[in-house]
Amino acid sequence: MSKDINEMKDTFSTENTRVSVGLASCSIAAGAQKVYNAFETALEGIPAELDFSGCMGMCYNEPLVEVTSKDSPRFIYGKITPDRVDRIIKEHVQGGHPIKEWLVYAEGMKTADSDFIDKQQRIILKNCGVINPERIDSYLSVDGYKAIEKAIKTMTPEQVIEEIKDSGLRGRGGGGFPTGMKWSFARKAPGNVKYVVCNADEGDPGAFMDRSVLESNPHSIIEGMLIAGYATGAQEGFIYIRAEYPLALKRLNIAIKEANKKNYLGTNLFGSDFNFKLSIREGAGAFVCGEETALMMSVEGKRGMPKIRPPYPTESGLFTKPTFINNVETLANVAYIIYNGAGAFNKYGTETSKGTKVFALAGSINRGGLIEVPMGITINEIVYDIANGLSSGLPLKAVQTGGPSGGCIPASLSDTAVDYDSLKKIGAIMGSGGMLIMDESTCMVDVAKFFLNFTQEESCGKCTFCRIGTKQMLKILKRITNGEGKEGDIELLEDLAVKITTGSLCGLGQTAPNPVLTTIKYFREEYEAHINEKRCPALKCKALIEYEISEKCIGCGRCSKQCPVNAISGERKQQFSIDKSKCIRCGLCVTVCKLNAIDVVTGKRGV
Amino acid sequence: MKNNNNESNSIEIIDKIVSQANVTEGSNIIILQKIQEEFGYISPTMLERISQLIGTSVSELNSIITFYTQFRLEPIGKHLIQVCHGTACHLAGAEKISDAIELETGAKAGSTSPDGLFTIENVSCLGCCSIAPVIKIDDETYGKVTPEKVRNIIKEIRTMDNQAQTN
Repeated sequence: MSKDINEMKDTFSTENTRVSVGLASCSIAAGAQKVYNAFETALEGIPAELDFSGCMGMCYNEPLVEVTSKDSPRFIYGKITPDRVDRIIKEHVQGGHPIKEWLVYAEGMKTADSDFIDKQQRIILKNCGVINPERIDSYLSVDGYKAIEKAIKTMTPEQVIEEIKDSGLRGRGGGGFPTGMKWSFARKAPGNVKYVVCNADEGDPGAFMDRSVLESNPHSIIEGMLIAGYATGAQEGFIYIRAEYPLALKRLNIAIKEANKKNYLGTNLFGSDFNFKLSIREGAGAFVCGEETALMMSVEGKRGMPKIRPPYPTESGLFTKPTFINNVETLANVAYIIYNGAGAFNKYGTETSKGTKVFALAGSINRGGLIEVPMGITINEIVYDIANGLSSGLPLKAVQTGGPSGGCIPASLSDTAVDYDSLKKIGAIMGSGGMLIMDESTCMVDVAKFFLNFTQEESCGKCTFCRIGTKQMLKILKRITNGEGKEGDIELLEDLAVKITTGSLCGLGQTAPNPVLTTIKYFREEYEAHINEKRCPALKCKALIEYEISEKCIGCGRCSKQCPVNAISGERKQQFSIDKSKCIRCGLCVTVCKLNAIDVVTGKRGV
Repeated sequence: MKNNNNESNSIEIIDKIVSQANVTEGSNIIILQKIQEEFGYISPTMLERISQLIGTSVSELNSIITFYTQFRLEPIGKHLIQVCHGTACHLAGAEKISDAIELETGAKAGSTSPDGLFTIENVSCLGCCSIAPVIKIDDETYGKVTPEKVRNIIKEIRTMDNQAQTN
């Protein structure tokens, strides 16, 4: 039982003090670089080490600063701004007194936020937010490259594959294909030129698991690929990373350079005859290139249009050679499994879904960020125990997983276990790890429309049913949210869905209808309200709402100043009113009203 | 990213980029990415030159730059505003943010404002979901923005640019 932080002793050692600022993309977006710079200036002349790490996972508390000293627990401060730096240095770094009111985590102690970290099972994320991602020494200090050394020196390639098979590791990109089996196909493929590819094209909107791992522990991916190469006979690897991740790209480049310098990449690794060359290929902004055959086309410098399988990549892949592709998170598990044994991994999880899964938690929750949990944990446990419930205070409505290929799980099924098979049973998928929490203010028809809009834009165009079918589904959804829904629309959507899935060559088209199908399945009454009553129950769809100023209005005029079409008028200090014939429902007035005096009500105006 | 409109200078730069690149099987996209990094966009003239140097037909190069959204076929304005329309940002009101930006700049997504100052792009997921809604202006990312906030940020940039011009 953890001790409460308020009972913690006041004074800790001031020897060997280390200050580390989390510097991943979302940290920097929240202002962490400015905090780091402030520490750099303020620590001059003070005997404390300043360092930086990657993503600590507690994204809702960014910027995060870790302070440790000799024999002290890990202390993490949250929501730190440059003006708080001096006090941290004076009281904690120099004085040895942690500032309790700013602490969000203290190792071994209970804080208001400690459940967020303590209820997770951090295997892949263990060193993320701890080590410096731009220094190989930092990775080496946490047993870095010991797994590949163990594999080369004490295991045969076949034994490595058996270990991965025993672990039960399944593809974490969403497919869930047994990794060990994929590697054994690759091993059996004839010829001595084979390629291993890391799919870092994380295209699902709302997913940032892979980005965080690449920005926080890039060497773990390099080591995973080395082990994959050793096991299968591949002597060259590519990391295909999307262009929209410049920081991850920068840190990967540094890591590869350092690994080459220290001969963890290159020739005769660990004195053996195993050679491995690793290079990076950048995506150019195409979601479909997350699909493996399209990815390979892109690496070959062509339009990223998927190809029919067979032949499978392990028979004929990149440049016609046997190729196998693994997701970032899958590879991030490999070194841990080889170094610690399959048992250290498969002791977590369920019968058919072993190990842990990283989720990018976002939406209407109090604690959004990156979490790693054992397979089999329930949605409720994630939403309430780890994420501390809904930020709006409204009831949970749905949880969306799997991005544009996935489904919406209604609140009534929130005791479902999160594993491949349990989710499949209810018509949803695990996906790559994006998990969006939705409350009662979310319109599920709008969510379906959002995802169709995405997949329709990203369709490569090759298959008629995907290219035109998604466009037609989107058109119908736009009509419905515009107050022009017709009887028979739901049946038409369901019919199109079946045809698009059947008539599509790749996963994009095959799964594009999923968001529509699951929302119809679990939220049919919302579709019916839009179509039959021209009403949006969540009061979201612009064409089906109106704004009205209530008696709470004190006539300050803020809303009127913001209104781009001069639809709001009134006398100062008296209740204002909105001319509904002019109002374009942009919502700017609502966002600036400090008294919540503008109500959103049902009304049909058209757009 | 720079916009360089000097013709003969452009040819020299393109030649240099291609000669330094490793022209192998699969390097088309890499070369095009380096050209875009240099010029900010790719024009038909540039495509002709690249085609001459690496032996890939102009039509094939065109098929690549019209497929991948990263490539721009026109120069962009002075400032690039990227509005995230990923799932978390959508739920957090990204559409209202886009509306506010359109009101303030006069430019819809995918176009440049009449004064040439701002190009607006909708992007799907910058990966900063916990601080949704998110926009990026040039290299700076702004999280938890509101329609009012983004209008103010844009006004500030416009004011600073005007001041810089008059100085």
